[in-house]
Amino acid sequence: MDDVKTPSREERKSALSGLGTSRKRVEDARFTQGKGNYVDDIKLKGMLFGDFVRSPVAHARVKNIDTSAALALPGVHAVLTAADLEPLGLHWMPTLAGDKQMVLADGKVLFQGQEVAFVVGDDRYAVADGVSLVEVEYEELAVVTDPFKAELKDAPILREDIADQKEGAHGARRHPNHIFTWEAGEKEETNKVLEEAEVVADEMVYYHRTHPCPLETCGCVASMDKVNGKLTVWGTFQAPHAVRTVASLISSIPEHNIRIISPDIGGGFGNKVGVYPGYVCSIVASIVTGVPIKWVEDRMDNLMATAFARDYWMHGKISATKEGKITGLWCHTTADHGAFDACADPTKFPAGFMNICTGSYDIPVAYLAVDGVYTNKAPGGVAYRCSFRVTEASYFIERMIEVLAQKLGMDSAELRSKNFIKKEQFPYTSALGWEYDSGDYHQAWEKAMKSVNYKQLREDQAKQLQLFKDGKSRKLMGIGLSHFTEIVGAGPVKNCDILGLGMFDACEIRIHPTGSAIARLGTISQGQGHATTFAQILASEIGIPASDITLEEGDTDTAPYGLGTYGSRSTPVAGAATAMAGRKIRAKAQMIAAYLLEVHDDDLEWDVDRFSVKGAPEKFKTMKEIAFASYNQAIPGVEPGLEAVSYYDPPNMTYPNGAYVVVMEIDVDTGVSDIKQVYALDDCGTRINPMIIEGQVHGGLTEALAISMGQEIAYDEQGNVMTGTLMDFFIPTAWETPNYETDYTETPSPHHPIGAKGVGESPNVGGVSAFSNAVHDAFKPFGLTQAHMPHDHWRVWKIAKDLGLHS
Amino acid sequence: MEKINVTMTVNGKEETLSVEPRTLLVHALREHLDYTGAHIGCSSSHCGACTIDMNGKSVKSCTVFAPQAEGAEILTVEGIGSPDKLHAIQEMFKEHHGLQCGYCTPGMIMRSYRFLQENPNPTEEEVRFGISGNLCRCTGYQNIVKSIMAAADKIRDEVNVEKKEIA
Repeated sequence: MDDVKTPSREERKSALSGLGTSRKRVEDARFTQGKGNYVDDIKLKGMLFGDFVRSPVAHARVKNIDTSAALALPGVHAVLTAADLEPLGLHWMPTLAGDKQMVLADGKVLFQGQEVAFVVGDDRYAVADGVSLVEVEYEELAVVTDPFKAELKDAPILREDIADQKEGAHGARRHPNHIFTWEAGEKEETNKVLEEAEVVADEMVYYHRTHPCPLETCGCVASMDKVNGKLTVWGTFQAPHAVRTVASLISSIPEHNIRIISPDIGGGFGNKVGVYPGYVCSIVASIVTGVPIKWVEDRMDNLMATAFARDYWMHGKISATKEGKITGLWCHTTADHGAFDACADPTKFPAGFMNICTGSYDIPVAYLAVDGVYTNKAPGGVAYRCSFRVTEASYFIERMIEVLAQKLGMDSAELRSKNFIKKEQFPYTSALGWEYDSGDYHQAWEKAMKSVNYKQLREDQAKQLQLFKDGKSRKLMGIGLSHFTEIVGAGPVKNCDILGLGMFDACEIRIHPTGSAIARLGTISQGQGHATTFAQILASEIGIPASDITLEEGDTDTAPYGLGTYGSRSTPVAGAATAMAGRKIRAKAQMIAAYLLEVHDDDLEWDVDRFSVKGAPEKFKTMKEIAFASYNQAIPGVEPGLEAVSYYDPPNMTYPNGAYVVVMEIDVDTGVSDIKQVYALDDCGTRINPMIIEGQVHGGLTEALAISMGQEIAYDEQGNVMTGTLMDFFIPTAWETPNYETDYTETPSPHHPIGAKGVGESPNVGGVSAFSNAVHDAFKPFGLTQAHMPHDHWRVWKIAKDLGLHS
Repeated sequence: MEKINVTMTVNGKEETLSVEPRTLLVHALREHLDYTGAHIGCSSSHCGACTIDMNGKSVKSCTVFAPQAEGAEILTVEGIGSPDKLHAIQEMFKEHHGLQCGYCTPGMIMRSYRFLQENPNPTEEEVRFGISGNLCRCTGYQNIVKSIMAAADKIRDEVNVEKKEIA
């Protein structure tokens, strides 16, 4: 053997581009050359287009729909209404939250933008002409837009279809516009602690309605092949397998005759989890016409009709000793769900994981109640770049910490530090019932405070305040702190399912004879770079370079069943399945290597990319050699080939966490905020690809910036959407977006095969609180306790005005 | 609706297409000529996903009628490089993680392509202003700006090498 040419262990490891490598993305070749394949790029022979007639009003009876003029138009092939769908039982569809939703207006409309009729034609232009010719007669009804007025005695009844039902999908309903009450924790004990507490802070914290607004809107192409009886649907689906099962259940087409394909997806952020009327209508239209149907929302449709997020009114009380030791937390949330309860939460959690609202703190007792109500607004309630309602929970507790600190006259950084769950308390069971897996909050917090030089920041702030008070400056400085704990990776089948489907995930691996591989997963990337990072997990597990591993997702005919990508579940669940499938490959490879080397299995040890004989490392078989042998050797007792599949049911959720600091300067006279610094420290456990983690953090922080500083779905009193275009709906440009400093600590998850926790949503969860707290912090010296988001220029100007800071 | 013929040069190739006069340029490119690089994100000129180069200017093709491109020279993301020889901007977007879902990327690259000719030596601030007509929901722009700055360097280097070779 020529030792000089033998690569060292480190060189062999580095050749794999495995865990911890900032591997460049394999997706980028096609995306940079305009060769992505998004749903609107799909073009099939004979394909027609479909689009909706939508309701211009928020609440009305539909007296008549006249489709004759539209149908008379050359180029228009069909117009579907609820009456056409009813014989098929498809005029309503189940929602993910156990409610049902009209596919097309069935006698009445309940929100502006609701789908009333579906026009099918030759191309988008003919369809647009057809849509404009459908005459709908509406009889307007009184509108409910304020969730606190939904349950008044004389409130108009929105959902006449279930007005008499006293029991909903999540227990008792006390009013026709009431959906559910969901409780967690100890009510009486919490009340007692609050009554006897030395200090109590009481605040209403509103997390406003917003929208994920991915750059690509929702859409699909449905193609019913009547010859073979097979339905294929390409669509913007974050959970393709779940869509297949739901489509089969509601259409009665056998599941094996349905193929769902998620092609490249132009961002999801939760928008593409739900099932929308457009999908159902496209499928029906394809069955009716016998040709493929394409439906793609425009931006206005997207903002008005699909998948709003948040809209939680969170009334909180937090108690503490005079020294700042938190003793209890109480929260009552009024949740505005719009016209149908279409939240995308695991079935047993109608308010998602809102019960993570004790945050990063060791709070002995807590109680949470959430009441969901119907209003004349679009349905949704999706997890916009967060696990189910975790952003709401995190914003709530991080605001309550701030108001408590104000009441105590204590620095909020110190208050946090005093109450963090300690490292040695993990695994930690929270007062609202979750078992936090791991964390070192004090280490992260201290690192963050040191990195931003917190003491200096407070001194600078005090100087700026003095200048302001002396009339020498009209600017104030705000320092926004947040420490968050997420709960992601849903989830254990024992308590997590969507429509009865357990939230496990899966990976299947096939090793080719020449030692390269293909892996398929039940998830689907929407920009997260799964093809890059999952190959890295595998490379480290099976010793095949990441560049030799193809990764495929999104085709239900080829991929193993999984529940898709949202709620930061891909790495915690499918990433774990990937590692476990890799370990099965390795176990079989060990038997093959033992046969080839004529030793016992136990005499071998794994070494980066090979099995070598213990004590004799020169005797080895590489994975590549083993792969070939698996295809050409008759090994007694071992099947040919090298494949494995793993279905992974996670034993627990993962709990990513982090410490964020935002510094901004606010012009009191204009309300304009100038962001000076954004520091984000994330602990996502084991880091798979630092480059991609950093990219995720930049993106999530920018969405947090948008949400906290200007982005909202606003309605007027008549239920008109006031933010239906990108003129009104705020998305920051490069010009408004600051540079970010990222940092990390690494506390692996003890129950995940590689210790990873997920990161994509952390920056949104931690970021919103940090930005909002910075605004509050600037005005704290003048007595501001709570000002609702978004903190756009007008609202910030208004804070200053109401505090008497304008002369 | 009656159709009319429109002739334009797209990525160096002359194309004549028969379209309704109201056809938007982005639909003409995507659906008639199968250049699906330019994407539709808003149909109202806000997002820039449909940005292409028309007669030496960045244009949002969702708000241009195809007949307005009669006789025009059009360049799309498919026309600035090849799989064997990517354009420096394409290469640097890959190198510096300047994209995630890829939906804004063709528009972002085409805007950068024109911007770096308008300003071959930009500051970071100028880059941020120069691409402010193009929205990205994934990256937070930091790595896009980095990619464009790196592309500017690379293009300058390439020009210098060419100059040296000529000398």
